[in-house]
Amino acid sequence: MEKILMKGNEALAEGAIIAGCKAFFGYPITPSSEIAEYMARKFPKIDGVFVQAESELAAINMVYGGAATGHRVMTASSGPGISLKQEGISFIAEAELPCLIVNVSRGGPGLGGIQPAQSDYFQATRGGGHGDYRLIVLAPSGVQEMMDFAIEGFDLADRYRTPVMIMAEGTLGQMMEPIIVREPVIQFYDKPWATNGCQGREPNIVNTLHLSADYLEERNHHLQKKYDAIASREKRAESYLTEDADLVVVAFGLMARIAKKAVMEARKSGIKVGLIRPITLWPFPDAEISKAAQTTKRFLSVEISMGQMIEDIRLAVAGRVPVDFFGRIGITPNPEEVFRAIMQVAEREGI
Amino acid sequence: MAKGRVYFHIDQCKACGLCVKFCPKGILGLDEIVLNTLGYHPISILRAEECSGCGICALMCPDLIIEVEKE
Amino acid sequence: MKVVAKRPESLKDNKFHYCPGCTHGIIHRLVAECLDELSLRESAIGICPVGCAVLAYDYFNCDMLEAAHGRAPAIATGIKRLLPDRTVFTYQGDGDLASIGMGEIIHASLRGEKITVIFVNNAIYGMTGGQMAPTTLLGQVTTTSPYGRKKEWEGYPAKMAELLAQSEGSAYICRTSVHNPANILKTKKAIMKALKIQQAGLGFTMVEILSTCPTNWGLGPLEALEWLEYNMIPYYPLGELKVKEVE
Repeated sequence: MEKILMKGNEALAEGAIIAGCKAFFGYPITPSSEIAEYMARKFPKIDGVFVQAESELAAINMVYGGAATGHRVMTASSGPGISLKQEGISFIAEAELPCLIVNVSRGGPGLGGIQPAQSDYFQATRGGGHGDYRLIVLAPSGVQEMMDFAIEGFDLADRYRTPVMIMAEGTLGQMMEPIIVREPVIQFYDKPWATNGCQGREPNIVNTLHLSADYLEERNHHLQKKYDAIASREKRAESYLTEDADLVVVAFGLMARIAKKAVMEARKSGIKVGLIRPITLWPFPDAEISKAAQTTKRFLSVEISMGQMIEDIRLAVAGRVPVDFFGRIGITPNPEEVFRAIMQVAEREGI
Repeated sequence: MAKGRVYFHIDQCKACGLCVKFCPKGILGLDEIVLNTLGYHPISILRAEECSGCGICALMCPDLIIEVEKE
Repeated sequence: MKVVAKRPESLKDNKFHYCPGCTHGIIHRLVAECLDELSLRESAIGICPVGCAVLAYDYFNCDMLEAAHGRAPAIATGIKRLLPDRTVFTYQGDGDLASIGMGEIIHASLRGEKITVIFVNNAIYGMTGGQMAPTTLLGQVTTTSPYGRKKEWEGYPAKMAELLAQSEGSAYICRTSVHNPANILKTKKAIMKALKIQQAGLGFTMVEILSTCPTNWGLGPLEALEWLEYNMIPYYPLGELKVKEVE
């Protein structure tokens, strides 16, 4: 297969078009803006819709309206912008409107900085807005996956009638790699619930207001059942050299690639270390972690944050073995730093 | 013989009186004896024979409880 | 016998939850009658606000969506851009449109979104229990302006029709009222015109409709109509403010 060189943000945008995405609604923010710019160039030529909204709030609500028509639609932003979108994301989750939301993430809190970070992990995996809901969260680790996860993200969104988030560190959006461009998606889902005019049928309603307490509870049980189904079917992770590992590093996204290099180095130094890379951040691949907890002596969570995913690792480990943490924010740890962190734990614990 | 005929869905009447106020013939009133299921004294026609079928009562009614026919 | 008045097909057979004498019901009926008369029911998509009309999806007999507070014009944008041949309308109150949704409404107008906004202005927050709205008149007593709205404290009431008439993207902006039969008929004409201008693709359309809130104004339904006439109309004059004619 011939490969072409693409920037992460553009690969993601092209992946969305390949998936049949018909509209992009967004608001510029570094480091995600290339996605909007790519769509602004492409959509007018292929009968798609691009709207630069007046705000993140408006953008996510345009997604709400666009998704309700039954078309595949998306938005992209970064930390502070994703915070602003939370109101709409909660509504979209409850209205069960499939769509793709991309967080090309940077460091917070507040305006933070524009350097890559993973500190929106809590926001992405705990719902983010008000109410009991979840997003499917995919974490790519390379430019190929930026494209592939956009395609897969739309499929998951339609299959479960749920918003899907791709969370990628800013670096992934900005860096270039050779990738295989995928074939256009040609099979789509029927959407009899869409509000696209009631010709020949009863009117449809897209709504999130449930004044009856009983019905509100019923709706929440309905959503929970769906999330349980997603959790039982869609957990994804990649394991590397974990079978005999005395220490298992856990890292996601680009951080996992960096950590893998450090793991290879540590192996050369005779340390029995492995790596688990969660691909879905929600549902979190806890079975993978739990399995490793039966044989390994320790875990080391490596994150570009002050330690967020470590809580999910600890939940999965359930106190069986200790979980250490190494992380930085603003600055992405390089392989040498991760290697040193591994060696430090190994020496201290006699691994 | 009346030129117009009005029908009231009296169980949905909230007795706001807007139709009474604007009836050009002044032939509508609230029925002070009857209570409807909402607990209001609903609209009634006092002199049906004078109804011209102009439809202003229905135009003013916020609850769409009035249907009007005209010869 | 010929039928003069009956329930329009574009309204479902559900009882309105509105308070006695509240003119939301009249406005619902007018919108529905216009959809019927223009044969738009099956191609119409409506968006309800947060506020008293939040349940309008139970009343309009066409595809409906419920929006977050103030976001209806953004949702309408998403729909109309993807389905340009459908008729898209929002139904919004003054708190929803002129306060929390000020950004969305102005930018929908500036972009010239081909939608129709039914803006119900009753100078107060109804559903939350009578708090001050951006359209509350100077001197008007509400639960959050208990000493009467003062320009020094709460500033001035928003004249949305005038504001949006300034926008190049607006194709039809009109203010009407429903306090008597003549004005109800004028309101219907304005809604018809707005929908036709939307169909012609000329731009953003809005009918601001002065409406009563007897409950939160603390008045009887008939007194409320008079209060609207003598207090609201002088500050919110009626009439068309912007018209791009359909050729």
